[in-house]
Amino acid sequence: MPGKTSLQAFKQLLSLPSSVRRRTFSVLHRPPPNYPGHVPLTLLERGGLAIGSAFGSLRNPYRHDLIAALGEATAKPYFVSRLRRAMLENPTGRRILRDKPRITSQSMSLERLRQLPANTVGHAYAAWLDREGVTPDTRDSVRYIDDPEEAYVMQRYRETHDFTHAITGLPVIIEGELAVKAFEFANTLLPMTALSLVAIVRLKPVERKRFFEVYGPWAISNGLKAEEVINVYWEEELETDVDVLRQRLGIETPPDLRELRKKLRDQMKAEKAAKDARERLGATTGV
Amino acid sequence: MAGLLPRASKRLRLASSPGWQQQQPATSQHVGQDENKTTHFGFETVAENIKASRVASVFSSVASNYDTMNDLMSLGIHRLWKDHFVRSLDPGIATSPFADQAKQGQTILDIAGGTGDIAFRMLDYCTTVKKDTTTSVIVSDINPDMLAEGRKRFSTSPYQSAGRVSFLEANAEDLSAVESSSIDLYTVAFGIRNFTHKEKALAEAFRVLKPGGVFACLEFTPRLRNPLMNAFYKRWSFGAIPLIGQIVAADRDSYQYLVESIERFPSQEQFKTMIQDAGFIIPGQGSEGGPRGWEDLTMGIAAIHKGVKPA
Repeated sequence: MPGKTSLQAFKQLLSLPSSVRRRTFSVLHRPPPNYPGHVPLTLLERGGLAIGSAFGSLRNPYRHDLIAALGEATAKPYFVSRLRRAMLENPTGRRILRDKPRITSQSMSLERLRQLPANTVGHAYAAWLDREGVTPDTRDSVRYIDDPEEAYVMQRYRETHDFTHAITGLPVIIEGELAVKAFEFANTLLPMTALSLVAIVRLKPVERKRFFEVYGPWAISNGLKAEEVINVYWEEELETDVDVLRQRLGIETPPDLRELRKKLRDQMKAEKAAKDARERLGATTGV
Repeated sequence: MAGLLPRASKRLRLASSPGWQQQQPATSQHVGQDENKTTHFGFETVAENIKASRVASVFSSVASNYDTMNDLMSLGIHRLWKDHFVRSLDPGIATSPFADQAKQGQTILDIAGGTGDIAFRMLDYCTTVKKDTTTSVIVSDINPDMLAEGRKRFSTSPYQSAGRVSFLEANAEDLSAVESSSIDLYTVAFGIRNFTHKEKALAEAFRVLKPGGVFACLEFTPRLRNPLMNAFYKRWSFGAIPLIGQIVAADRDSYQYLVESIERFPSQEQFKTMIQDAGFIIPGQGSEGGPRGWEDLTMGIAAIHKGVKPA
């Protein structure tokens, strides 16, 4: 019976330590979830999710759930494990992994943060949220990473993304997001952050030039030389002075993107007004 | 891998065996103590009285991309199925230049027809093929969001202004808003597998149909006839469809429910028996070696069941 020998082979496969054998299951009998909401995916499914979410999020950058799914689909092998190891190698990172704090709109009370002194991390965070018109919404839960602790690392990265925005001052517009993603790639090495830089094709030429000349180099050099931002216990740093934290981490503030854009816009408006005036003058004098 | 087969099949049933068993001998359940009765919601076991609201939230969630998702999941084949379903029913009255102009058109009730796919096809067929401009369709759905999609679709059509389409928000298990023996044709396409009590829906169908009226159901089947094609089909269902749901509609769970609910639906033979038990006559039956009592579509992915209310 062909069934007999393949059954033996399968049993031998099962007896290998779990880190060595590739998990083989079909979509018809998935293994039970490791944490609530967990969906174990086969390699084919993960590949499909990676490709589908990559193109989907490029087509519609407002689909945050697809960017999240892309991150989870491309995090294994190696990258999220490396990030977890980086947390384990750092005393604060170890404490974060032990406590597993979650950032939600309940755990981060904006009223309390706004009342903090102006130069604190918490105040900067609240001020950034207000300036950009966003809230600390609950981010999508991680579903496609099998190990519960690695899933938490991914969730933590997702929830602290806004803090990275806040201490660098970069806005939520696509240019700002790309700068933060470039910084995060140099800092965390997650493939999704590098893949999302493909969205550079969606930038206007002026914005692209600014990215390659100013924000890209800033992001890479700072991301590489800074401490791993995943190891910052943000809940404990809310009352720290922002400059002190930035110095400790080794992050320089980039030029204020909104200011730069506003200056450029005003300049172009002034130039256009001058040109219109000249034309009107020319028309009346018949020149 | 014969030894693994029982484990695999047990996985498919999962922990919902009590609920699954309970769903099958439907007619012998009695009505008291509703809170303790459970039923299946996909592979989950849920209390009977909350299944309808769980289904409602699935369909509210899928309503806006319903048609895109149908095209992606069935690779557009659902259009062929629905076209064939409507054509094989041949709705509408036969008109001729000499016919009595005051002759009443048919009244069609399309159940779980929220987005109006079937209703539209019915009206187009009557108007274009049968030259019948009097037949009307009542589009009924338990979910207001799906019905809103249907209303949107009909708002620009001539049928709306001609008063040939109306919308009814109702549970198919309780069609008290519809008079008994008032419907010529009762259709339900891809809806009945979501009902908590299919027998109640069948009984209501029997009540509202006129004697001689036709019950027609287009629904997915739990498995294909051919084992090899079934293996591919199941892997597409459980692997690709929730993934497409995630990417296109940002909703993996609703599509996971949809494929699980297909798995839980009775087989064609069992469903035919349920239709007969409700009192319908299955056309074409009664002769040795005659037709089986339903029509398989695309290797048995979907099936059309028909029944006629005896006069």
